[in-house]
Amino acid sequence: MISRRDFLQVSMATTALVGASGFGNWSRLAAQQALTQDQLLQFDSFGNLTLIHVTDIHAQLKPIYFREPEVNIGVGPNRGEVPHITGADFRKLYGIEDGSPSHYALTYNDFSALAQEYGRVGGLDRVATVINSIRAERPDAILLDGGDTWHGSYTCYHTQGQDMVNVMNALKPDAMTFHWEFTLGSDRVRELVEGLPFGALGQNIFDAEWDEPAELFKPYQFFERGGVKVAVIGQAFPYMPIANPGWMFPEYSFGIRDERMQEMVDEVRGQGAECVVLLSHNGFDVDKKMAAQVTGIDVILSGHTHDALPEPVLVGETIVVASGSNGKFVSRVDLNIQDGRMMGFRHKLIPILSDVIAPDPAMTALIDEQRAPFESAMSEVIGQSGGLLYRRGNFNGTWDDVICDALLSEREAEIAMSPGVRWGPSLLPGQDITREDIWNVTSMTYPNAYRTEMTGEFLKIVLEDVADNLFNPDPYYQQGGDMVRVGGMGYRIDVTKPAGERISEMTMLATGEPIDPARNYVVAGWASVNEGTEGPPIWEVVEAHIAKLGTVEVGENTSVEVVGA
Amino acid sequence: MDFTRRETLAMTAGAALMTVLPFRANAAVDDMIAEFTGGADIADSGVELTAPEIAENGNTVPIEVAAPGASAIMVLAAGNPTPPVATFNFGPLAASQAASTRIRLAGTQEVIAIAKLEDGSFARSSKMVKVTIGGCGG
Repeated sequence: MISRRDFLQVSMATTALVGASGFGNWSRLAAQQALTQDQLLQFDSFGNLTLIHVTDIHAQLKPIYFREPEVNIGVGPNRGEVPHITGADFRKLYGIEDGSPSHYALTYNDFSALAQEYGRVGGLDRVATVINSIRAERPDAILLDGGDTWHGSYTCYHTQGQDMVNVMNALKPDAMTFHWEFTLGSDRVRELVEGLPFGALGQNIFDAEWDEPAELFKPYQFFERGGVKVAVIGQAFPYMPIANPGWMFPEYSFGIRDERMQEMVDEVRGQGAECVVLLSHNGFDVDKKMAAQVTGIDVILSGHTHDALPEPVLVGETIVVASGSNGKFVSRVDLNIQDGRMMGFRHKLIPILSDVIAPDPAMTALIDEQRAPFESAMSEVIGQSGGLLYRRGNFNGTWDDVICDALLSEREAEIAMSPGVRWGPSLLPGQDITREDIWNVTSMTYPNAYRTEMTGEFLKIVLEDVADNLFNPDPYYQQGGDMVRVGGMGYRIDVTKPAGERISEMTMLATGEPIDPARNYVVAGWASVNEGTEGPPIWEVVEAHIAKLGTVEVGENTSVEVVGA
Repeated sequence: MDFTRRETLAMTAGAALMTVLPFRANAAVDDMIAEFTGGADIADSGVELTAPEIAENGNTVPIEVAAPGASAIMVLAAGNPTPPVATFNFGPLAASQAASTRIRLAGTQEVIAIAKLEDGSFARSSKMVKVTIGGCGG
């Protein structure tokens, strides 16, 4: 008799060897340059249950470009483990051919050239086509949205998330969990959640005053699909009031709460759940740790850190699935559930190559309807990109260089700071920069570009604090963002050092002088979590800067020296 | 007892890996524990301490302690200028030996719970709670 564990391992091996994930097949086809929608969606149905996962769409309704990170450092037990492998090493690990569509979709190298060849990614009308196709084959499939859906664009900001709610409702998800949604403010979140025709889940969403589970959000929901009783447990982003402005949703408290997660798993198993799925916004490393701490979860659909992995990661008897961001991927996971146990799986990370996958016409119409009132304002061309503009990477990205430059010049500051968020599409060299493009990398409900003074000592405290949120060796102490981006100042970081000792050699780039701990520096930044932050919205600052420049030139940024990676 | 921010932060990483704090941070807290236990050995299991990994607000951090059969549980915030937080005493008729409260933490530090158990032995649990200035959520 083969044990469950053996089954899982056999399944993993099969995945790697003959491409049961569809992955090997996909890259071979790529070499032939003959990619069709049928080939992208090709999947031999498996088992008796299908899960579909989308996450971190960040309100990207239309196809965009999105460059994956070059620098994504893992620390502690995750050093050198996926998703902390990038570029050529990543392609080698998964057997991806250079120049293939999977090279384009999953790694950063030669991005501009491959983007010309393969075109934009995402678009919820293409996502709709993929979901409809899976449902045609498996009508019982469960569609789960990992959150960060109602945030990140011009239309989402101006409709307070209504555009995304309208479009997602048409996709008919079965459940959702949350992160940036809360930055709409708790009143708006309540209004939208109360109107949702599907489950709003989060076992870790608590009432802040009473430290009890919040009534608006259920910890889990049961589904009877394909003859299987499935429990989906939600896990919202654990550190919302810390990483985002808690004053916008003071009624709520979050946290990892893995003891309660175990209680919920035991509870649903006790109620007869044959399959337990965790719809998570923890971030990948936190989910890996949670998979090891909490027993009884079959599948974790992981969101928040925007990683895209062509195969699930196996932790004990739990598979952890990472489905990317910005509408770029849809994950399909087929499971064989027998007698309350997961006996095997088949998985495919489907890249939404927008030129290959036909848009669903009804969804295109619905999307265009959301955009119509704003189309003329959004489409105004502000400037041109002189190089590739992207954001992802632990320390800097060219889009953030532009934003920091804008803060330095428009706010007349010595040092600029821009938050290390992971959302925001890329722009190719020579592309027009429209107002919509600027909003895609700046849109938020606390956009004020402040101008203040900080001592050199305090600047170091800020850098150390953010660095520990990223490089604490225990994932439960990480918040899932990247390092704060800095303009006008360079520094050295040793990611292996303990908190408080990672940052050194802070230097003013203009003069080459070391930062004086006792001196005051004029600092401009945005996305402060403090209530009452004053200043113009960041998109106005960036737009004014780009309008003056005309063409935005992109240089190499060598201001951060990284040690110990 | 004074801590600089640097010392408190340095404690974070060390204590994340092991429960033994650096000597300087330990002295006063060790004395308080010794006073509570009378110098007896302390077991690693028998008391549960629930606290967030990262505090949402360092001024009011919810914690919970529970130790079945305990007659008293002492809670210390090792990095606070005044480490003693509370000692909960449970009489023989207490229905459960658990307590929850909110505490103020001056910075990232270890919160420690020591329980005096039914048989007179002692148990210890601790958790590193990070107090951060926040920002930058992915």
